Amino acid sequence: MGEFLLVTIQVEMHDRLVLSLQDELTEAIVKNGSRGVLIDISALEIVDSFIGRAFSNIASMARVLDAETVVVGMRPAVAITLVELGLSLPGVRTALNAEKGMALIRKSLQPSRGTDGAGRP
Amino acid sequence: MPVVRDETFEVRSDADVVRVRQVTREWAVSIGFRLVDQTKVVTAASELARNTLIHGGGGVVRLETLNDGSRRGLRLTFSDKGPGIADPAQALQDGYTTGSGLGLGLGGARRLANEFHITSAVGQGTEVRITRWLT
Repeated sequence: MGEFLLVTIQVEMHDRLVLSLQDELTEAIVKNGSRGVLIDISALEIVDSFIGRAFSNIASMARVLDAETVVVGMRPAVAITLVELGLSLPGVRTALNAEKGMALIRKSLQPSRGTDGAGRP
Repeated sequence: MPVVRDETFEVRSDADVVRVRQVTREWAVSIGFRLVDQTKVVTAASELARNTLIHGGGGVVRLETLNDGSRRGLRLTFSDKGPGIADPAQALQDGYTTGSGLGLGLGGARRLANEFHITSAVGQGTEVRITRWLT
């Protein structure tokens, strides 16, 4: 089933690799009809402005293709550095780990039935 | 400021930018930087190395370990012979970009370092020097 795409980044990301990830993910969303993209960055030692922008781009492209993106597993040192760098990852949803990220995607895919947002009529 | 160790690396490709990140990490660890400080200086190095490559058309970075007896630090000097920056103060503002980037490279690197110095001359090139001290 291609409902969710799971991406685990395990290598040092040079810039061209970041760009090709962006393109390949977008193509994979369409090809598989995916509704959710989960990107695990727990192995990433840094996120600089280039990689951060790629996450925002992926989230934007996924959104126009009707898919939700969640970035999970950011290391604390990376989070602290990102804030100081001035990067806020606009449009990117995050979760502490893959399990919580999947829950977030599933929740956002549930059809809203009612008006209070909690599924109650 | 006594320089304990220094070495110069090329910044001419994507792979060199990755190499600069790795070397900066190794040097930061060897000085005794804790993880958050390692991450900050490596991230700053990544931003500046990319600037050297993209805006400067490639160049070099000199890494130096500093020790004045009371404190240790890591100094990185990126230099290129590219087009230069007409208004470095403007280039330091967040969001200012001449390319397709976010415009966070220079300003972000300055925030991640303890000391920051830029000299640039139009038509001659740019040198950006950052220092991070062991805390």
